[in-house]
Amino acid sequence: MSGAAGSSAVSGALSRERLRAGATIVSASVVPVILAFFVGGLIIAILGRNPFSFYGDMIQRGLLDSNGLQESIIRMAPLLLIAAGLIVAFKAGLWNLGADGQFLLAAAFAAGLAPSLVGSIGVAPTLIAMLVLAAIVGAAWTLVPALLRAKYGVNEIITTLMMSFIGIGLANLLVKGPFQTDVGGVARTDTLQVEDRLPDLFGTRIHSGIIIALAAIIAVHVVMTRTSLGLRLQILGANMPGAVHAGLKPAKLIVVAFLVSGAMIGLAGAVEILGVTGSFRVDFNPAWGLLVIPLVFLARLNALASIGFVALFSVVQIGGETASREADISSDFLLALFGLVLLFMAITEYLRQRRGSTAYLPSQGAAPGPAEPEPDEPDPSGPLAPQEGAR
Amino acid sequence: MSENDPETAPNARAGAGSPGAPLVALRGITKSFPGVLANDRVSLDIRAGETHALLGENGAGKSTLISILSGMLSPDDGEIEVEGRSLKISSPADALELGIGTVYQHLTLVPTLTVLENLMMGPAPELRLPFNAAQSRFDELSQLLGVDFSSDVLVRDLVLGQQQQVEIMKALWRDSRVLILDEPTSMLTPQGVAELGEELKRLKVGGLAIVFITHKLHEAIELGDRVSVLRRGVKVGSIEPAELRSGSTEELTEAIVGLIFGEQVNRLEESLELKLEGGEPRAPRRASSEVLLEISGVAADSDRAGGSLSEIDLTVHRGEVVGVAGVDGNGQKELAEVLAGQRGITAGRIKLEDREIDSLAVSERQQLGLRYVTDDRLGEGTVRDLDVALNLVLKRIGQAPFWSGGRINRDEIDAMAERLVEEYDIRTPSVRTRIGTLSGGNVQKVVLARELSFEPRIVVFNKPTYGLDLRTAQFVHEQIRRQSELGVGSLLISTELDELIALSDRIAVMSRGRLMGIVENGPSVQERVGELMVAL
Repeated sequence: MSGAAGSSAVSGALSRERLRAGATIVSASVVPVILAFFVGGLIIAILGRNPFSFYGDMIQRGLLDSNGLQESIIRMAPLLLIAAGLIVAFKAGLWNLGADGQFLLAAAFAAGLAPSLVGSIGVAPTLIAMLVLAAIVGAAWTLVPALLRAKYGVNEIITTLMMSFIGIGLANLLVKGPFQTDVGGVARTDTLQVEDRLPDLFGTRIHSGIIIALAAIIAVHVVMTRTSLGLRLQILGANMPGAVHAGLKPAKLIVVAFLVSGAMIGLAGAVEILGVTGSFRVDFNPAWGLLVIPLVFLARLNALASIGFVALFSVVQIGGETASREADISSDFLLALFGLVLLFMAITEYLRQRRGSTAYLPSQGAAPGPAEPEPDEPDPSGPLAPQEGAR
Repeated sequence: MSENDPETAPNARAGAGSPGAPLVALRGITKSFPGVLANDRVSLDIRAGETHALLGENGAGKSTLISILSGMLSPDDGEIEVEGRSLKISSPADALELGIGTVYQHLTLVPTLTVLENLMMGPAPELRLPFNAAQSRFDELSQLLGVDFSSDVLVRDLVLGQQQQVEIMKALWRDSRVLILDEPTSMLTPQGVAELGEELKRLKVGGLAIVFITHKLHEAIELGDRVSVLRRGVKVGSIEPAELRSGSTEELTEAIVGLIFGEQVNRLEESLELKLEGGEPRAPRRASSEVLLEISGVAADSDRAGGSLSEIDLTVHRGEVVGVAGVDGNGQKELAEVLAGQRGITAGRIKLEDREIDSLAVSERQQLGLRYVTDDRLGEGTVRDLDVALNLVLKRIGQAPFWSGGRINRDEIDAMAERLVEEYDIRTPSVRTRIGTLSGGNVQKVVLARELSFEPRIVVFNKPTYGLDLRTAQFVHEQIRRQSELGVGSLLISTELDELIALSDRIAVMSRGRLMGIVENGPSVQERVGELMVAL
């Protein structure tokens, strides 16, 4: 297949290959979403509501309505940062399931320190300091799982979850203790005044956190696809023995991936506090960490693609809240809807794999044995494949 | 059974060695996998009291065929007849029920259980384990096989040959009438192979039908009563018992070689001699006395039994090929990993030229020209989700000119990859093709290209031709010779003695993590290596 004659055929085959790969990715990601909304619609119909008006409301309130659109974009900021953090870890084959703890602990520090700091060092330095601090807190909260995994191979699924519980508890302890406001009522931190929060963009209510989030997700994309660090992390995730064999330093890479992941997720916590809530009420826990996991998998761990899925999810969350209130359905239905997305994602993946392994069978079986008409076929290594298949 | 076939002798099973209706017959078996026809209308007769050797290169479709017979795979087309009745074998349990027992190439025993417990592992209807019945069955079979261990030892304490005997017992456990052995000699010492031959003879006399899969021609001739040859999924011919008994070894070899390789014979003649006859032993020649690699007193731990290294002393000179022989799993992989830097040592030191390298990391040794062609080319050697070009630079990530300032330079990488693809004749649609889609032979070429480029000084080859077709194996051999001519020192680990004899200047023998001795290549090297392999 070498030589000038083959080159145009090769590039043709390559672009066809890419096209098919692209189509597969789109179908594998979009089909589950469509199916989930379809089955979700059936459930709404069974509940005696009109699915069309429900979805109509959802889109109206989450996307078309100016207020809803702004809300959706505001919601995207922390979700994108969490997605960025998760993609770094998952690409490196590390299951950081402790996003909620990292998020809340970072948020608690930002909320607890920002209001008092504004008075002494001014708004901009406070905001910057809080963002940096949140990133450090988020990263620090991954350090124990990272070191345990790097040094002793302890399963990070368990350690990150455990650290998450501790982080959530610690955040609440801080808010009820050192960070608690003197104002009475529910335990919470002091409130950062609206004019001291992350500045809004273009006269809308959208705060500049979305810029930080988009910058982060694009940075993750560039690092993962264009740099040597990205490739190293990818190899670590794809083939750990291969990483050792290739002379990479898995222990170091594990720690780096965890720290970057935690820092991004910590940033998400600060952005939500500094941009939206201004204060940390006790028991605040949006639990976005686990919700973003299916989104990044739908995006096949592609950072740019995850923007689309995060946007979709934000619209569903923001628009769906109003829509479900109007249709008198529990807002938990939205979670069920995303559960369905996950379910169909698993089913399409299964079907795709099964089809992939048998796709050639009908045409090959019908043809009168390709091995016989061309016994002299020059490629000697072809026949190795059946044995691999047999095992 | 005989009603269906008027020509059948009344009692086909009893007539050991006599022709009659086949006990099991495969008729027109066809099985395809994506892109490959693994078996194309293959028919095979398996008779009681006869050893049917199934011969073919790696990838000829032998494993697929026996997987179908043992119920692991179901055929796309064709049928299986047992005693004249057409049947469907849809699971390994079905096959066992029909009396078809299989010993797979890789052991399937549970190392932490005793022999007896392993043997009782099959489908058992009773709630209580039938220890007494099992013990008497064990006694029966151990007498038949000439087993020299008791039923209450842990399987992990047995040597590989003994473990294989347990596997055979397991296959025969439920009164099997057909015993399938998939490449049973691949992990045995020469002595072990001879013992296996004796065992098979005894079993045959008892009326058992044996299917013996091998890619080694002499084994097929020595152990088989009937030989069938598979090539590219097609049964290209067979040799009947009468022919086998009357023909001389040379005639048979020639006939079978013709079948295995078809029209390629002429072009491959040279390599065949090498493979089949052991070839001319490479004359020991140590042109240079310059020591490249010096291993002294090295010890290392292993995660496997028998793999821990101790007191390894070995030197490799410039341009020299030092072979490492031994039964698989006796510390060869650990030795390779220790040299590559993937495994720490607990004692001793390793010197590359004048430099102590035992505290250096994998990448630093790579930089110094110490290269490791791993035997696990799909597992650790390549990253299947990355393309060919990236796999070729896998060990140079972040280095100029392929990366500058941390940023990837795809043009540079692709250009280098195009060059290596050309030089090493790697068959791939493009350098941007995922390596996971290439065949094993081409993956090995990628690994070789990566390790042998950028000025190697010493290369550790770990089973470099394992599982490859003959032509690619030949290519690998040429590469090893070429490196040797360029002055590169090589450590060639292999379980194929023929390969070692054809390529090495000296052959070191490993057993249980120790070097048993080093033999200069030359006359009667085979015997001396064999002696060292079993010495303790």
